[in-house]
Amino acid sequence: MSESEPAEIPGEPQPKRYGRGLFLATVLGGASSLFWGKSVWGHLSAATSAIPLLPHGGWRIYTVSGSMPKFDPATWRLEVGGLVEKPISLSYADLRALPRATQVSTFHCVTGWTVPDVHWAGVRLTDVFAQARPLPQAGALQFVSAEKPYIDSLTMQQALLHDVMLAYEMDRQPLRREHGAPLRLVIPEMYGYKNVKWLERINLVQHAEDGYWEALGYDRDAWVGRSNGYTS
Amino acid sequence: MTRYVRRFSRTERAFHWVNALGFFTLLGTGLILSLPSLSILVGRRPVVKDVHFWSGIGWIAALALVALLGDTRGLLRTAREIDAFEADDIRWLRRRLPAPQGRFNAGQKINAVLNAAFTLLFLLSGLLLFFGERDTRFRFASTVVLHDGLTVAATTLLVGHLYLSVLHPATRHALRGMTVGTVREDWARAHHARWTPPPAE
Repeated sequence: MSESEPAEIPGEPQPKRYGRGLFLATVLGGASSLFWGKSVWGHLSAATSAIPLLPHGGWRIYTVSGSMPKFDPATWRLEVGGLVEKPISLSYADLRALPRATQVSTFHCVTGWTVPDVHWAGVRLTDVFAQARPLPQAGALQFVSAEKPYIDSLTMQQALLHDVMLAYEMDRQPLRREHGAPLRLVIPEMYGYKNVKWLERINLVQHAEDGYWEALGYDRDAWVGRSNGYTS
Repeated sequence: MTRYVRRFSRTERAFHWVNALGFFTLLGTGLILSLPSLSILVGRRPVVKDVHFWSGIGWIAALALVALLGDTRGLLRTAREIDAFEADDIRWLRRRLPAPQGRFNAGQKINAVLNAAFTLLFLLSGLLLFFGERDTRFRFASTVVLHDGLTVAATTLLVGHLYLSVLHPATRHALRGMTVGTVREDWARAHHARWTPPPAE
């Protein structure tokens, strides 16, 4: 820990300087885990998921404001407007009356955590578009969260990927408050910050614009493993 | 009359308690940020995040201040003491007793070394989390895993440390050394036979 050694006492066996060795080994081992930690953790958490005391599931609850929006089924609306033939306002009952789609997909957060095999149920954007009918010049969608000032957008092409969903159920339960109740966007091929929670409005617009995290330097096209500095 | 000997200097005690205070603040705010149940209960994530970040900076700065403004040479001597493992320390770790111990026993040395390494790694991974949110060059897929893994490892050490220093009947007298600075002479002789303590003033 320090360069200077204590005075040697003749005839005494010298102590081993194991402390600095342990210190260096721990620091180097820990720092190197930046490059292997996640894959090892994946195997470990599969093995320890049977232990009930440990928090598992892998979710983190990220919010950007002081409190989470509260869902009231009586007053909640999903507004769809902008470049559409017919702006619509769906109640929660209207939403649940639309054709129900289900999927199992993996959720990736840009900070490194991943939740595999999430069961989602909800509606496809095409079924919403059938009612609102986007105009030909609508090239992108802006997703507005009830959590102010969270906002994000996708191009029309991205929004029409086969596994993009407006989800109202997660793992066979109504979407919980911390996961964006009653409705969130799910786009498994992009990082979590594109998967807007507490969705209350979709605006059809000409071009995609920077959302909340993009304004802070994140990539607008947040492909998992191919954006935000990652090359998988 | 019970005789006492000095085990820890004022600087050593200040260093220890500043470290403890910083660790508990960071553990508390860190658990709020990472455990979903606590995140939901507390909310106010932006504020908690700021408190966590600035507590981390304050923790390191306060440790540096104690080391620089206090008895720096004394702390360096202590570091050398912790670095040095005698033949008796190795025997003690292998439970080949008796193995007379110095002012720190081998377990305390390992605890101190690991805590120092963890602190540096907490600082590294914490800064990467902070700057990674602002610039992709600082983003690693495993930063969260490292920061979480450190929390588990450091908290495990802490639980053992608290058990030995507060609960275990044979060793809990050590807490007095870290609060008022002195321990009973007979206790020191029994637990730290290789140590020649200075008499308490």
